Parts: sequence; structure tokens; C-alpha cells
Amino acid sequence: MSGPDSGELPSSREQPLRRELHRALGLTDEELERIVEILDREPNELELALYGVMWSEHCSYKSSRRHLRRLPTSGDRVLVGPGENAGVIDAGDGIAVAIRIESHNHPSAVEPRQGAATGVGGIIRDIFAMGARPLAVMDPLFFGPPDDARQRWLLEGVVSGVSSYGNSVGVPTVGGELTFDPCYAGNPLVNVLCIGALPTDRLVLARASGTGNLAVLLGASTGRDGIGGVSVLASAGFSGVADGAKRPNVQVGDPFEEKRLIEACLALLDAGLVVGIQDLGGAGLACATSETAARGGVGMDVDVSAVPRREPDMAAWEVMTSESQERMLAIVTPEAWSAVEELCRRWEVQASVIGHVAAGATLGEVGSKETGEVPGRLRIRDRGTVVGDVPAASLADGAPVYDRPMRAPADRERWRADDPTASEGCGDCGAELRTMLLDSSWVYRQYDHQLFLNTVVGPGGDAALLRLAGPGLPPSERGVAVTTDSSPRWCAVDPRAGVGLVLAESVANLACVGASPVAVVDCLNFGNPEHPEVMWQLSETVDGLVDACHAFGLPVIGGNVSLYNESTGADILPTPVLGVLGLVERIRRRPPPAALAADASVVLLGRRRAGDDVPHPLGGSRWAVECRGRRYGALPPLDHAAHARLAGFVASLVAAAVAGGGRGPEDAGDAGLLEGVHDVSGGGLAVALAEMAVAGGVGVRVAGVEGHQELFTELPSRVVAVTCKPGELCARADEAGVPAEIIGIAGGDRFVVEQLMDVPMADLSQAWAGSLVDRLVSA
Amino acid sequence: MSTRVGVVVFPGTNCEHDVVSAFERAGAAASLVWHTEERLVGFDAVVLPGGFAHGDYLRPGAIARFSPVMGAVTRFASAGGPVLGICNGFQVLTEVGLLPGALVKNRGLRFLCTPTRLRISSARSVLTGGVEPGAELQIPVNHFSGSYVCDGRTLAQLRDTDSVVLRYVENPNGSIDDIAGISNAQGNVVGLMPHPERASDQLLGSTDGLLLLRAVVAAAAGVRAA
Repeated sequence: MSGPDSGELPSSREQPLRRELHRALGLTDEELERIVEILDREPNELELALYGVMWSEHCSYKSSRRHLRRLPTSGDRVLVGPGENAGVIDAGDGIAVAIRIESHNHPSAVEPRQGAATGVGGIIRDIFAMGARPLAVMDPLFFGPPDDARQRWLLEGVVSGVSSYGNSVGVPTVGGELTFDPCYAGNPLVNVLCIGALPTDRLVLARASGTGNLAVLLGASTGRDGIGGVSVLASAGFSGVADGAKRPNVQVGDPFEEKRLIEACLALLDAGLVVGIQDLGGAGLACATSETAARGGVGMDVDVSAVPRREPDMAAWEVMTSESQERMLAIVTPEAWSAVEELCRRWEVQASVIGHVAAGATLGEVGSKETGEVPGRLRIRDRGTVVGDVPAASLADGAPVYDRPMRAPADRERWRADDPTASEGCGDCGAELRTMLLDSSWVYRQYDHQLFLNTVVGPGGDAALLRLAGPGLPPSERGVAVTTDSSPRWCAVDPRAGVGLVLAESVANLACVGASPVAVVDCLNFGNPEHPEVMWQLSETVDGLVDACHAFGLPVIGGNVSLYNESTGADILPTPVLGVLGLVERIRRRPPPAALAADASVVLLGRRRAGDDVPHPLGGSRWAVECRGRRYGALPPLDHAAHARLAGFVASLVAAAVAGGGRGPEDAGDAGLLEGVHDVSGGGLAVALAEMAVAGGVGVRVAGVEGHQELFTELPSRVVAVTCKPGELCARADEAGVPAEIIGIAGGDRFVVEQLMDVPMADLSQAWAGSLVDRLVSA
Repeated sequence: MSTRVGVVVFPGTNCEHDVVSAFERAGAAASLVWHTEERLVGFDAVVLPGGFAHGDYLRPGAIARFSPVMGAVTRFASAGGPVLGICNGFQVLTEVGLLPGALVKNRGLRFLCTPTRLRISSARSVLTGGVEPGAELQIPVNHFSGSYVCDGRTLAQLRDTDSVVLRYVENPNGSIDDIAGISNAQGNVVGLMPHPERASDQLLGSTDGLLLLRAVVAAAAGVRAA
């Protein structure tokens, strides 16, 4: 399917309906038939435009919805699950935490700076729409290899977009990921996660209620930017030809407008002046009005002539589908309106009444033939004249749900047999290790990661660890930890097992900052859903996530699906990105760093061998893919129970250190047990140890590693602990049922793994520091 | 009664709550002042915190200097009251003419959020009073336009009047003479690019910023007593 330029869309509602218009809007012939059935007549152009954006893949999840239903979404702490602007959990002490993840892949591919900037703006609005103050952003980014001019343009543009918007809007960017793989060269991925916090009793939901209440549009004027962003851009692949022509479909962001909008909306909520609130993102007013009405089981009357415009002569369909940024829709009682106006004036935020909440239809008047429900109508007027009239719920929830054909890749067995573990021999381990080190500080130094004075562990750590504090929140000593993780390498080998390993890594990352996991959000980035193998990847990924979430007892409280990530017919590797939220009971001290400390012992916690047959599998590892060009084979197995034991043990030790003792002699002992801690993940033990050595500025001597396989395997459930009390640590691990072995001692200025490598620390530090900057400069 | 610090908020300011809590740690009582206020009543010191006042549109500080509160800040400064501009606040102080020179885009043309080491160059200001010249502090910077520039005569004057109060040990942004912070000739108006409020809690890595904030509180208490 290929998208039109926005100029091809008709601009006058008087123009007679062309039957082919629906295709230009991204709707199929069958979908048009369904619309005719719902309305019991031909839709006019405005109505067709509404269905075009709302039934797009991006808004309706029509290809993925039947799979997403399988995810577990409930849990003790869950206050709001999927389907709202953001998921919300109860963090204790009267504080709730909102979290959401989204993609802004396609806009960033054609206009990296604005694409990434508006991605940040959109995710932040989702958070304060729940009444939460946005406290932190994280950005998992995926590009083609950076030694190429176009990739450098994309990377620099995306980073400057996140930096300029996020810094200026006043939300710190506390972490993320940076992944390079050739599969992203034509279709980079820009995912954005945001968390916020609110007093639990102020939670608001995006629903309209109260017939006669006012629909108030807050924020920026509406222009022609971003029309068709969700359909033309986000729900189609790239062909490589004239993709730049889609640039007008990308929105343009204004962080100063958004900053004032945040403050005004939070002040409105504080004062109890709004009944419901929803952000305007993809599909603009069409989405915000129909979703709030549908969720509230009411109708909505909107007059487009009351919408402040950025340009003259905009047609009703343009006003309704514009994706102009920095706008919110608030539902306000008529009595509260003057107070709302006054508060908005203080923050220099435009506020306009554009319509009102209408009653749901009475039985027998209008009904959806499909479901027999009696939904409220979304009625659109232009200077009083009705120009569109559709059941609100048919836009919001009425899109067809597709059961697209799925097929496992035909050559899967051959892939599995193509295993690098035994067939790739030991090479120059030191040289291979150097190529796998990546210092991403060039990226995160461009982000304000300290605002709000909450960032205890910022970017570059295993997980971000923040104090749970902010203006308007009840006092608390609690902390919140967040990590984003992904592995297209693992998921390419086996999407089901791969995503399980990703969740395991997230749990281990949280443990390393002392946090226990409480909730998951997922951003499922895949290729073209019309390719059966892509649908198979998606389905397998969901099944794998279901299994892993059940095993770790975690709910999925929100997510996003991004399809059509392809260019010139080639799909990206399956790239589920997980954001996992963890909690820490009390933060008084910094956790042990992911670093070695001179003269301390290095202890490997967790099992060292996967089994006797293949003790150290290398399938899907960074070493196999990046150093040897071998993508396939078998992934290492994951033992959920052993992993949970390990993570629980590490989290308890670190949490005790973070709490700073004071609860009794036993905890005081724990507080001093660890000098450093880091989980073993991409690149295996070699990369984990090297990162810790570089961070600590000290060498290490490791003994007893069984060859290059053990050095580079990404066997899960392992954590490197640095301690001055190795005997005590091993005894405690033993009590907890966690294997532990002393594998080395930190010190000196060489990085030594006996029998395998011996390199000067200066070489490793240099390779680390220059890894990204040198490649960018060489581009 | 504790020292009262007014923290000015423009639309787009974002460090105001951080500055309030850091001054409270430093022993003062701090409260917010909206930018449309035309009078500053009941404050012993005034702080312009970091952020992006009025979106930094046109250039940082260029619009904020016209906010009504700036007339009151100027009068407060003329009367000898301690005025501190942090980051964006420093930019506003140069735009309004309370401090000489200007802050331009960083060498490297990128935003920079990173720890820096600073050396106290002069103790003759409300920010550095009582801190030993030569002492080194670890305080982060967070800016795009933090490279201090001025003409040769101004620089000579700054040096002659002992008004360069902080210098970077390793210059991160290309500032002339490694300047991180300056004062006016009287020493009661100070601007600096680093964020002392971000170095006011060991949990976040450093408490060196508290030395500076406490100096401001002490100077304010001194002015009130006098």
C-alpha cells in the first residue's frame, strides 16, 4: 500500500465523493463497505477522512488487536491498565506512577529532528493527561551502522530532536538504548517512554461525561501540519523512492507551548476544574473527540468553526484530522468555564469551547448494526451546519479486527542448525571485545538527565533509579526504577524465546539498582503485517511475553504497536522493546556502581553453564552476529525460577545498601557487602567485565573461564558482583539458592582473562571512549 | 527568622522547584515569584533559576528581560540586595544589563549536561564569600548557550575588579578565560552557568553546590542585619 501526498486529498466538501478516495485515505474496499453499513448510507468526504485516520493501523491496532488480547494486564498494584492514555500503578505512600511507551519511527525516518521531538511531546502529553507530572523520559533508538552519512544525519537529527524538545519542555531524559543494525538503515526506530507521578487521589481518566458539559480545546492553534500522519506515514512502509515527499505529513513541535500546557493542565487538575482530559496526538481531534465520547458512553457535538486556526480556508476534514502538536481536549462543566479561562490566561494557554457533550442516543434511534450497541454520535458542525454525523464508538473501537495470515519462516530449521557455538573457533578475544564496547555518553550528554533532583542513577547505568518526588507529591522515601530493553538479535533467532530473555534482562537490570519489578509496557516494532512471516513474529512475540510475564508475575499495563517498519520490501528484525518499572522501598544512599573497585573480589552470581550438552550457547549473541556475521543457531535457555531467585537476591542486597541500613544489624551488614554490581547481557561476561573495569578505572585478573564460549555467551541469569567480603557474599548466595563463584580480583592496569586475553586497560578505555564518536566522525 | 529567598518563575523556567528545595537545604526559606510581579517585597535575596524563559525564543533571556519582575530585580540589585542568576538566569542578567558580556552557543554546537570541576577565583561575591579561593568544586552544567564572551576591555575590567568568581578547570564550552561565573563590581549580583542546586545532596553525587548556596544565604542575612 502506498500513501498519497496530502495535496491529493480533496479540500472542498462540496466536491462529489469519488469511490477511489477511500483508497487514497488508506481504507480498503471492504472497509468502505463496512462504513456504509454502519452509517446506512454513503459517507461524505469528512466522514471518510475520520474513518481513514481512526481505522488506520496506527490508531486501531487492527492487525495486532486479536493478539494483544492474550497479554496479562491485571495485578495488585495496577490502577489503570491498557487502553487509557497511560498505565498507572500504585507506588505506595499515596503516590501513583504513570508510564507509557510509544514509537515515532516513521516521522523520524523522514524528518529526524521534528519526528523525534514530537515523539517526546506526544508521550509527555499522554502522561499529564492522566493527571501525572511527567518526571522522566527514556529513548530506545535503533539505526543502521553509524559509519554512513545518512545514518549520521538520522542519529544527529533524532538526538538533537530529543535534546531540544525534552530539555526545553523540562522533563529529564534519564536513559535509553542505542542499537545499530543494518536492518534499520532504511527505517530507523525511535521509541519514547515517559513516566510521571501523581497523588493517587487525583487520577483522572480520558472520558467525557455529563450532557451539556463543554468540550474545551487547550493549547496551540490548528494548522495543516501532520495531516494523515497516522495513515499515510505511520501505517505504510518506505519504498525508498520519494519518501522525502512525506515530510509535510510530519508535525512540528513547540516545547515552550507544551511546557505552558503542562503547567496549565496540572493546575486545572489541582483545582478540580476538569471532568476528563485527553491529549491530541495521532488523528488529532477526530481521535480525541471520538475516544473520550466512546469511553464515556456519550455523544459529542463539535463545531469546527470554533477551532482556532493557524491558516485560513481549512476544510472541516483538515481541522478534524490535523496532528498539530501541543493541544489537549478538556471536558469542563459550564460553571467551571470562567475559572478555566482565567487559569489558562495566566499560563498564556489558548482555551476555546469547541463543542459539548451530547446524550447517548436513545434506544432505537441510531444503532450500530455490528454490535447492537447504542452509541453516542460524534456530530460535527461548521458554523452551525451539520457536516458529519457518525457513531463515536464506530470510530474509536469499530475498526475491523484482522486475523492476518501467519507463517513461520520456511527455513527455520536450517537457521537453527546454523549454530555458531561449536563451528566458530576462538580468535583474538581482546580485539573482538574492543569492537563490542560502546560508550553512548555522546548521546546522553546532550540530554538534561538531572532536572527535578531525582536522578540517583542516570543514563549509562543498568537501569535509571529516581527518587519518587516532585512538586505536589506527598513526601516519600521511595524510589522508582525504569529500564528499557530489547534484542533484535535474540528475537530474530526466536521471537518467542527472545522476548522472554529481554524481560529477564529487564528484571536483572532493575535488581542491579535494588528495585523489584512491578509492571511492563511494550512497544512492538515489526515489519509489514501483510507479510505472513511478520504476523508470525508478532504472534510468537506476544506468546513469549505472555509466558514470561506469567512466570515473573508481571502485568503489561500499556503498549504500542508499530507496523510497516520496512524499506524497499525488507522488514526490520522483530524488535519488541520492553519498558519495565520497578520500585525501591527507601532511597538514602547511592547503589553500588556498575564498576570494579581495586583489590575487591569479582564474584559471578548465577549458573555458569546452561547444561552439559551446550554449556555456553552463542546463538544470537553479539559476538556471533557482530564479530562473526552469524545470525542464527539456538538461544540460551532461560530458567524463570532460577532467574527470579537471582534477581530477588541481588535486589535485596542492593536495596539494603540503598536504604542505608538503620533497620538492624543484619541490614547494616548488607549495606556494605557490595562494592559494585552489573548484570551480564549483550556481549556476555567479557563486555560486562570490561564495562565495569573502564568505569572503575582499574584492571582485573579473571581465572577459570572455559574458553571463548563462556566469555561471550549471553546465557541469562548472571550478575557480576564486586565485594571485599567474598566469603560472606557466597554464603549468603548459597542460603538464597543462588550459585556464586569467585572468578577474579580487581586491580592493576591490565584486563586479563587467563588463557584468553591480556590487554592494557588504556586500550580498552580508548576503545570504549572512541567507539561512537570516532565512527560518527569517520562517516 | 530564616533568610527569605525569592525564586523568579518565567513561563518556560524549569529549575524553580529544584532551587527552592536546595535553598531550603542551605537553611533559607524560599518561595516562588511569578514574572508579572512588579514588586519584590519581603525577600533578602532573589534568584533567577535555570530553564528556558519564554522558550528562549529570539535568544536566551532576550524576552525575559522585558518581564515586569525584572524592573523590581534591577531595583533590588541597585539597593545592594543579593541577586543570583543560574544558567538561564545568568543569561537573563546579561540581557538586562546587570552583568556584562553575553552567553553564546557552546563550542561544539551541542547541548551539554555533564559534571564539571570548578575553581573558586574570587571570594569577593555573595556566591563565593567565605569559600577559599583556589578551592575546587564538582558541580554539573546543563546548557546549550553557556560560552561566556565579552570584549577585551570588559575582560580586563572583570579581572581588575576581581569579578571572575568561578572558572572551569577543564573548559567544556569555549568560555573566554575559562569563565564559569562572574559578579558585578559590587559583588552582590552574580551569574554562573553551572547548577549548584544539582550538587546539593550526596544522594545525587555531590554537595559542593551547598557551599555556594550557603554563602548566598549568609550574605543575604548580612544585608538584612545591616
